[in-house]
Amino acid sequence: MLDTLDVREPSFSRRTFLKATAAVGGGLIIGWIPEAGADQASLFAPNAFIRIDPAGKVTVVSPAIEMGQGTYTSLPMLVAEELDIDLANVTVDHAPPDAKHYGNPLVFGVQMTGGSTSVRAFFLPLRQAGAAARQMLIQAAAASLKVEAASLSSEPGFVVHAASGRRVAYGDLVDAAAKLPVPADVKLKDPSQFRIIGTPAKRLDVSGKVDGTATYGIDTKLPGMKIATVAASPVFGGKVKGFDEAAALKVPGVHQVAKIDNAVAVFADHYWAAKTGLEAAAVEFDDGPHAKLTTADIVADMAKAAEKDGAVARKDGDAAGAFAKAVIKVEATYEAPFLAHATMEPINCTVHATADGCDVWVGTQVPAIAQTVVAKTLNLPLEKVRIHNHLLGGGFGRRLEVDFIEQAAQFAAQAKFPIKVVWSREEDIQHDMYRPYYYDRLSAGLDDQGLPVSWQHRIVGSSIIARYFNIELKDGIDVDAVDGAIELPYAIPNVLVEYVRHEPPGIPTAFWRGVGPTHNIYVIESFIDELAAKAGKDPVEYRRALLQKNPRALGVLDKVAEMSKWGTSLGPRKGRGVSVQFAFGSYFAEVAEVTVSDKGVVHVDKVYAAVDCGVVVNPDTVVAQVESGIIFGITAVLHGEITLKDGRVEQSNFHDYEMLRIDQAPEIEVAIIKSSEAPGGIGEPGTSALTPAVLNAVHTATGVRLRKTPIKSADLAVSKKE
Amino acid sequence: MVDLKVNGAAVSVDAPDDMPLLWVIRDILGMTGTKFGCGIAQCGACTVHVDGEATRSCVLPVSDVAGKSITTIEGIGSTPEGKAVQQAWLKMEVVQCGYCQSGQIMSASALIAAMPNPSDGDIDGAMSGNICRCGTYVRIREAIKDAGKSL
Ligand code: FES
Ligand code: FES
Repeated sequence: MLDTLDVREPSFSRRTFLKATAAVGGGLIIGWIPEAGADQASLFAPNAFIRIDPAGKVTVVSPAIEMGQGTYTSLPMLVAEELDIDLANVTVDHAPPDAKHYGNPLVFGVQMTGGSTSVRAFFLPLRQAGAAARQMLIQAAAASLKVEAASLSSEPGFVVHAASGRRVAYGDLVDAAAKLPVPADVKLKDPSQFRIIGTPAKRLDVSGKVDGTATYGIDTKLPGMKIATVAASPVFGGKVKGFDEAAALKVPGVHQVAKIDNAVAVFADHYWAAKTGLEAAAVEFDDGPHAKLTTADIVADMAKAAEKDGAVARKDGDAAGAFAKAVIKVEATYEAPFLAHATMEPINCTVHATADGCDVWVGTQVPAIAQTVVAKTLNLPLEKVRIHNHLLGGGFGRRLEVDFIEQAAQFAAQAKFPIKVVWSREEDIQHDMYRPYYYDRLSAGLDDQGLPVSWQHRIVGSSIIARYFNIELKDGIDVDAVDGAIELPYAIPNVLVEYVRHEPPGIPTAFWRGVGPTHNIYVIESFIDELAAKAGKDPVEYRRALLQKNPRALGVLDKVAEMSKWGTSLGPRKGRGVSVQFAFGSYFAEVAEVTVSDKGVVHVDKVYAAVDCGVVVNPDTVVAQVESGIIFGITAVLHGEITLKDGRVEQSNFHDYEMLRIDQAPEIEVAIIKSSEAPGGIGEPGTSALTPAVLNAVHTATGVRLRKTPIKSADLAVSKKE
Repeated sequence: MVDLKVNGAAVSVDAPDDMPLLWVIRDILGMTGTKFGCGIAQCGACTVHVDGEATRSCVLPVSDVAGKSITTIEGIGSTPEGKAVQQAWLKMEVVQCGYCQSGQIMSASALIAAMPNPSDGDIDGAMSGNICRCGTYVRIREAIKDAGKSL
């Protein structure tokens, strides 16, 4: 059936079918169902469905969840556009993983929100479903009005017969439409006809977020519920040795102390009693094999691993041969630290486990994986586990993980009442799953014009993909770890990109906003700047020369150069830096302006971003996401670093794992390039483009090339200036 | 028993003297609009007004506020400044995940109550205790100015 459709999104393949059915209690349901036996690749193929009720209200039930990125507005816009209905009549429901709730045959596959994929994955499927529903409503109207379907058109919410002036509301047609076959040939609107897509729309999810009524997982309230807080072994891999249960139980309000292999929790009437009780319990741990581990040990191992050849991720020509013959040779090593997610809403999960099932209240990016892990932990059939998903107080990759959900289920199994497990911020920072440390070696050979003829990039780091999906890496390549490095936007004849998998002991790793590109773009765009400097060329001109065959990349570069008045002077200890990238399906260029104090403290004064993310669904959301990504990136480049000492994460809260604050925030100017290309992601590119722009600006301001983040002011203090 | 006045209503709670006001509000009174972010006065998520002043409730022992007037995010909309800030927040589309925004709005409404036309420096001073991990600072600044003007 999909053969007749223009499907450009590769992840939404022929494995899914558009199907319609009658809703229980009246109405039409239309959506995509996966073909049975879909393989692992379908993890990335989210499925959605749409309900139109007899009152004409439309609900989009979507496995992509809202975590601040505006999805709950953009996705309804896609449906409203093709179905021809006012946006005000469309709402989004959190998708539970439990199809039983709906009493319909449309069952989800595994669900995931991440990787800046939501609009990309849904752009065509939701439009197709909306358009198919509209065609079915028109068919139903043709039958009831006894006219040709071709003589009918639509106005928002109505099928209209222009010749007779008759109008039928969608709601009055849904039951008849539900009995019709899904049209084999679904016609989508031409982009020139869009009235909703591309027009700024107010966010639909925000009013409860300004008056305290929005509920996040941490706001769950249940009759008889107790609050729990947890102390897990500060050394990863350690185990509980002992604790003072009696002392904890003496704290007023404490009901129970529970233990699992590596952690202790106290259940109490309120968080304060739980926290006081946990302190009184004075839990002791066996540290296990990583008791002496430091970050320096891990990095030393990675440096050694970087000596070995890696798995070849991209090979064009003969990079080593061209390097040997090059006029100028440049080599560098870059490092990127472990990072915590530090979502504003600390990690939490509420679980009520009873003899005949389990309910879980949580904010998760992966409801179906959450359901599976709880079922396994409690030895329950899948359908006995009910996940009640919530708004997320930030995801950034942290809520793709279910470690805390599994832990909460293990504790809940020991409770006779529902428990809300709330981690302290200290527990949240010290028991995160971290953005991996990366260690990159690069070399380039330049010709007599200073342009690169050889590019070699070896990436050493943990494989999140292998762990997360529990798969063998194909040809030894982690597609995330090399993402952004293999699709260099620049024309270079001889390219070798290699990946060396290196798993650090004693620290778990996970996806983090910007995923692979956050580290690769930092490295590549810094190194390109080094090459420009070696060649004695202006960084923008140098990139331009290499982007002649890449019009979209050139377009964003030219735009950002113009916006930032590139080439004009800013004054002493100030500078501009640029970066260009193609990642998440979007082209991005950023220019950062910085001031470096004599003490070496960097302030980012202004950031300009030019974005070509294809067709734009909600322009204001694009701007908001770029602003957000830039601030997230500045936090990382100025402050972000998780270090280990004696096997323990040294940072614990916002005083030592600092976040950018409003007094340090730059002005931000965003330009969106008009485009009719397929939509790209916008949640993450702002972050991945930021670090190199800032580091390149610091180089302009001080002459110092930094190859490690976060920036240490000692390297930039005036006395140390090169 | 501690006697409190929360959003104009008298309540009396059974809580240990050293229990921070945040947990009294959330876990005893069941009002979850005020958020927990750090517990050590570093992030501002827990900001409430005590006699009109923006205060971090996560480090404020409940016994210290006996008899004082407390306003939370649930009540701020009934003050002119609170209402102006909420409206400006919606107009400027400040909110992303929203988790920090209760605290941001409480800090901002105290600021414009004291200073309807704050300078950028005044905004930095009043708002730098409120972290937004989603990075909505650019819009917070615009929205505060807008709210101040509308008063
Ligand atoms: S929770 Fe009170 S300042 Fe962070
Ligand atoms: S909106 Fe998410 S932390 Fe501020």
